[in-house]
Amino acid sequence: MTEPTTQAGTPAPRRKDERPDRGNVTRLGDRKKARLEELAQASAGKGGVSLLRDALRRLRRNPAAIVGATIIALFVLVAIFAPLIAPHDPVQRFDELTSRLSADTIPGPSDGFPLGSDELGRDLLSRLIYGSRQTLFVGVFATLIGLAIGVLLGAIAGAFGGWVDNILMRVTDVMLALPALLLAITLVALASRSSQWTVILAVAIVNVPVFARLLRGSMLAQRESDHVLAARALGVKKRSIVLRHMLPNAMTAVIVQATLTLSVAIIEAASLSFLGLGDPDRDRAEWGAMLGDAGVRYFEVRPELAYYPALAIIVVALGFTLLGEAMREALDPKNRR
Amino acid sequence: MSLLDVRDLSVVFQRRGERPFTAVDKVSFTVEPGQTVGLVGESGCGKSVTSLAIMGLLPKRGNKVTGEVLFEGTDLLKLRPDDMRDRRGRDIGMIFQDPLSSLNPVIPIGVQVAEVLERHQGRERKQALREARELLDAVGIPDPDRRLKEYPHQISGGMRQRALIAIALACKPRLLIADEPTTALDVTIQAQILTLLKQLVDDTGTALIMITHDLGVVAGLCDTVNVLYGGKVVERARRHELFGQPRHPYTHGLLNSVPRLDSIRGERLHAIRGSVADNIPWTEGCAFAPRCDNVVDACLEGPPPLEPTATGGDLRCNNPVSEEVAVP
Amino acid sequence: MLRVIVRRLLQLVVTLIALSALIFIWLRNLPGGPVDALLGERATPETRALLTKALGYDQPIYVQYGKFMQRILTGDFGNSIRTGDPVIEVIGRAFPATFELALAAMIIAVGLGIPLGYLAARWRGRALDHLTVVGTLLGISIPIFFLGYLLKDVFTQNIHWFPPSGRVGIGLDNTNVTGFFVLDGLLTREFDAAADALWHLILPALTLATIPLAVIVRMTRASVLDVLNEDYVRTAEAKGLRHRTIRGRHILRNALLPVVTTIGLQTGALLSGAVLTEKVYNWGGLGTLITDSITGSRDYPVLQALILLAALVFVVVNLLVDLSYAFIDPRVRVR
Repeated sequence: MTEPTTQAGTPAPRRKDERPDRGNVTRLGDRKKARLEELAQASAGKGGVSLLRDALRRLRRNPAAIVGATIIALFVLVAIFAPLIAPHDPVQRFDELTSRLSADTIPGPSDGFPLGSDELGRDLLSRLIYGSRQTLFVGVFATLIGLAIGVLLGAIAGAFGGWVDNILMRVTDVMLALPALLLAITLVALASRSSQWTVILAVAIVNVPVFARLLRGSMLAQRESDHVLAARALGVKKRSIVLRHMLPNAMTAVIVQATLTLSVAIIEAASLSFLGLGDPDRDRAEWGAMLGDAGVRYFEVRPELAYYPALAIIVVALGFTLLGEAMREALDPKNRR
Repeated sequence: MSLLDVRDLSVVFQRRGERPFTAVDKVSFTVEPGQTVGLVGESGCGKSVTSLAIMGLLPKRGNKVTGEVLFEGTDLLKLRPDDMRDRRGRDIGMIFQDPLSSLNPVIPIGVQVAEVLERHQGRERKQALREARELLDAVGIPDPDRRLKEYPHQISGGMRQRALIAIALACKPRLLIADEPTTALDVTIQAQILTLLKQLVDDTGTALIMITHDLGVVAGLCDTVNVLYGGKVVERARRHELFGQPRHPYTHGLLNSVPRLDSIRGERLHAIRGSVADNIPWTEGCAFAPRCDNVVDACLEGPPPLEPTATGGDLRCNNPVSEEVAVP
Repeated sequence: MLRVIVRRLLQLVVTLIALSALIFIWLRNLPGGPVDALLGERATPETRALLTKALGYDQPIYVQYGKFMQRILTGDFGNSIRTGDPVIEVIGRAFPATFELALAAMIIAVGLGIPLGYLAARWRGRALDHLTVVGTLLGISIPIFFLGYLLKDVFTQNIHWFPPSGRVGIGLDNTNVTGFFVLDGLLTREFDAAADALWHLILPALTLATIPLAVIVRMTRASVLDVLNEDYVRTAEAKGLRHRTIRGRHILRNALLPVVTTIGLQTGALLSGAVLTEKVYNWGGLGTLITDSITGSRDYPVLQALILLAALVFVVVNLLVDLSYAFIDPRVRVR
């Protein structure tokens, strides 16, 4: 079948001799090789690292992810550089503002105060800018604490299974049975005095069962998966299977959930303020407290006190939700192409 | 007049932001009443898309269908959607590949058969269920009274495919399209389903388009075979000619890659090298050229035409397999 | 089937007992407990000791819990610290208001959410779909108490379409039969009262429906999109069935399975949301009761009963959802 070279003019025993010249063969050969390389790259996407890289590539192509990430980046930048951006000290009461405060007036924009005054004669714009810091702080810590406890419980339940799993899951059942805000209200109420940390802890604890369930579910699914079975068959130690194989894979789902939780945490903190269970420190500027407390209290007098922090909360919550959803979509194997 | 006359059928998929992809490229073939016609090729050759285009089941957006699909003289592609809806299930029935996912999991088998009769023959539910029972019986489902009330997950894979056949044949359509009806089944069940199909086709006089990658299925069933490659018909022949004298190198390769019981021991099975992924676009030459043992210069200069052969078939090849090498 | 119900009921009982124990221990052991609440912080140690003994708080915790459970099972949740009325009565008075509100919100959320989600999926990538996706994203990103104030401002201050707050207009003489004001109006044939109550209900119900609505729309949309890709929908099309049949019997019937579960889980969100909504609209229901029993003096007996009630409602609703699931999906039935 294979005749390496054909001399021109050699009598043709078969029509096979009318093969294309070398040039054409190599051209086709090259094309095939390039194609194979492409295929190899595609099938190499089975390892953990390239799987993530793959997800990142899909993320970059998703406009929702870009919008979300941009919002979050701006939010974090404002929080970091708040002292440089803000025109005034957020806690200073300005005489030219306080003098114009009365029961039914809160001064609006004026020279040097682009958004006007808050209910105590402070610069609203500066408080909004500094508010990003506290809001980020509350959101991140509430999420991280909830995540840490939840992941620990979930990992224990998922790794051990059996009665440990059973007990831990009944505990999360109980926590899930309580409406989130009601649980947070109770927790704040039970502390003798509310403070910024009671708010953070309450919101964090509400999220514990969510993370615990998520991690456990993901780990249980992996216990049966081929790569864990293979590791077990190879005699890899149980601890290292859990730490090296199961946890890292489960964490992607947890990170996605954490991103989504951040927006919920910020909104929940605002709700607690609205119910009078928020951070009692009037000096500290935090969007949730600004909206939930003075914002609604003076809604009839000057609704802008509510509008601005509300807008800030909505935009940031939207940013985290967009990014989180896009991440979930990118990591979903169903969408892999 | 042919029962079905497909002329220059093309399907181009065009998603936003992506290059258009021609899945079916000017495919023409005919089906005579009562005839069984095979559409054969590897996955991705356009055979399933062809069948969906005939049925009008391609997604509404993201594709462009051109050409003509004449069913008893009426161009199905020009019908209003509601008129096409009236014909589907009544004039043309279809069987799909995966019987489990093709049946609705939350509805009893009986209702899934009966609803076609209610829709096209105006039967009341009770009467339709009685007829459904007969149909299940006719396709060889044991204890049909019980099966009527059961759900897809409660019956075996073979029975599910039988139920789907009952659905497709409920209104005695003149044309049945079977898209890889045995691929998802166990080998022993495959033979039973094929036998059943053959028997039903013979009994009812329904024409059948058999879509498959499995030449074994074609060998037992089809009168005429269309071999598709890269969205084009590359060879068309009557069954005996195709198996006796495959002319296209691709058909030849397909036949040689089928293991045979009567082959000489120690003889190697010939696989076609490469995969569909190696195709070059038809506009540049013959799509099969990169994988072809018979490739000649002309193959890379432009698409070879589909030309009639001496035995009454058609062939699209510059350098067909000669007769003496065909059968080893 | 029966075994599933029994097992789920047992699980429910275990959950509730664990919950009651947890709440009991919390409320007894955290600072600012009931004795402080009753006497204030300046009471003398003697009166404190006396009251502690009188309330039985000097006994071992498990004995206290035993007695507590005994009383609970006979419907005795003690008396409200604020008003002195039996807790069960206090809650009974507030319950219809919240139930009416939550039910209206759920009707809005389900009645609007499922069609919207379905249409968005069917018209994927078109204007309606984009609008729906953006709308639901906003819905879950907006603090609902702020939305409540916004709606109130627009519809009661700027254009006077709806009353600003409360459950009935002042000066309207309505007869109280069940405590569900819309129902009461209809029962007593005081149709003006029913209409007025309904009028008061709309804005709060819309506010409370925001989050469940957004969640249901998203869930329905995602679920319908999944089902549209299923082979059995293609089979249904190949049968030439009418649109109506395909939509109802083949698409929605399957797509709504996960939505049903979501609806059950939203009861929790409704109870949380009720606390906020009721405060915005001055709606005297359980939410207001919760806020009142925490701020100011801490009304522990009421709070305790409310938490148990909320958990009971949530668990029972989800049990019902799971059971109904088994009826809709034959695949679950066999297990």
